Amino acid sequence: MIEIKGLGKAFGERCILKDISVDIKEGELFSVIGPSGTGKSTFIKCIIRLLRPDAGSIMVDGQEIATTGSEFQLAKVRRKFGYLFQEGALFDSLTVMENVAFGLKYLTDLPKSDYPRIVKEKLALVGLEDVEHLKPSELSVGMKKRVSLARSIAAEPKYILYDEPTTGLDPVTTGMVKDLITDMRAKLGVTSVVVTHDLKLALEISSRVAMLYEGAFVEVGEPAKFRQSENKEVREFMEISDLSRK
Amino acid sequence: MKYCLTEKIGGGVMSLAQALGQTTLMFRSVVFWFFRSRLEVSETVKQCVKIGVDSVTVTALTSFFTGMVLSLQTGYSSRNLFNEPLYIGTMVAFSMVKELGPVLTSVVVAGRAGAVVTAEIGTMRVTDQIDALYTLGTNPTRHLLVPRYIAFMITLPLLTVLADFLGIAGGAIVGVVKLGIPTSVFMNDIYTYLEISDFMHGFLKTFFFAFMIATVSCHKGMHTKGGAEGVGKATTEAVVASMVLVMVLDYFISALLVAVGI
Repeated sequence: MIEIKGLGKAFGERCILKDISVDIKEGELFSVIGPSGTGKSTFIKCIIRLLRPDAGSIMVDGQEIATTGSEFQLAKVRRKFGYLFQEGALFDSLTVMENVAFGLKYLTDLPKSDYPRIVKEKLALVGLEDVEHLKPSELSVGMKKRVSLARSIAAEPKYILYDEPTTGLDPVTTGMVKDLITDMRAKLGVTSVVVTHDLKLALEISSRVAMLYEGAFVEVGEPAKFRQSENKEVREFMEISDLSRK
Repeated sequence: MKYCLTEKIGGGVMSLAQALGQTTLMFRSVVFWFFRSRLEVSETVKQCVKIGVDSVTVTALTSFFTGMVLSLQTGYSSRNLFNEPLYIGTMVAFSMVKELGPVLTSVVVAGRAGAVVTAEIGTMRVTDQIDALYTLGTNPTRHLLVPRYIAFMITLPLLTVLADFLGIAGGAIVGVVKLGIPTSVFMNDIYTYLEISDFMHGFLKTFFFAFMIATVSCHKGMHTKGGAEGVGKATTEAVVASMVLVMVLDYFISALLVAVGI
């Protein structure tokens, strides 16, 4: 379980997150929506301490990570997470096989001989075949994102953080990623946090949705409740999203 | 106007203080991971090849021709002054092993390998690959910086030994072929006057240069901002800073070594 209390983060004088409190329960699929530039990526980067919060507390399975200075404690907590980066963040110098297997070396005790099998399995899960020998520069944007997704699930983490998982993908791949996110939760019981500006995706897959606006959650609730929200910002965002779909 | 000047000086001092603080923290982290984790052997070997082996050709050519021109210039100057080229072997060997070998090699490595290291790490920084390392169970210092520090510390001294040897060889060829000095005389001039401490003077300096180039290149890479433009800027800054610092450090380390009798 991830317990966030009073989370605050600023860059210089620009306050990005203000006093955010939320509990993300085991097995939940929690989505954070909001327009671009509202601090969604900052929020999930704080959860895994890629960014150090200025205020508040983040407990992951009872371990405080917002304030700890211990590299080893942080590494121990980060082992529980998979992270899908917005642009993929694949290592340019490595092949697809080496990229997907990278985490297996550090996050698991599996023998090296198992890596090719696991990599092929994970790549098949994201709909890719015979790409193991390619370098990231030889892949399309959508393929990069899928390889990145395969890398983040390779070590079968307890929590997966998705940063704009469908941005830049075609509708078919978007559907595939959407199914994969829900499958990970249904089959493996993975707890997921998705940040996206795709309201339709968030409402379809999530168990709870939060709207981030000007650094704070202005609405948090189940999709059905969220659709009925009277909050001005939520209504505006839903209207804009509906219009953009027409 | 006064305010702008004060602001600029203050900003410069603040940036320098910030860079020194960041460098100190980075070095502390390098030491921590060097002693607390298993060495990434394959990555270290890969970096030794990138930084050292790939710099062999350019180092060899630079030092060989430097030795040749050194021999030519001192030979003709000596001939003008004394009517014959005297102590050319001694001059070339002293210059190469004490100064030109270490300094030229360091400048070449800073320009070639230092730029590669900054550009590589900088690109990883602006494309979230550094953050990805954290999420995949390792630490960027352990995976990227420690192997590069070790590679610089191993390969730069070795490249310097090669540069010393080739510089003297180049000088010997010009001395024998162009200036007509017998090989035995050229070599005798070296054996008679050159001592092991002279070689050590230059050799020891390269460890300081290697450490400095590694620190500047890694620091600039790790703090790159602003996409492709930022990577280009960081790389240029790293090369310029490394080259200038090699020259500055050369004087102070030489003075220190002379003071302790090396």
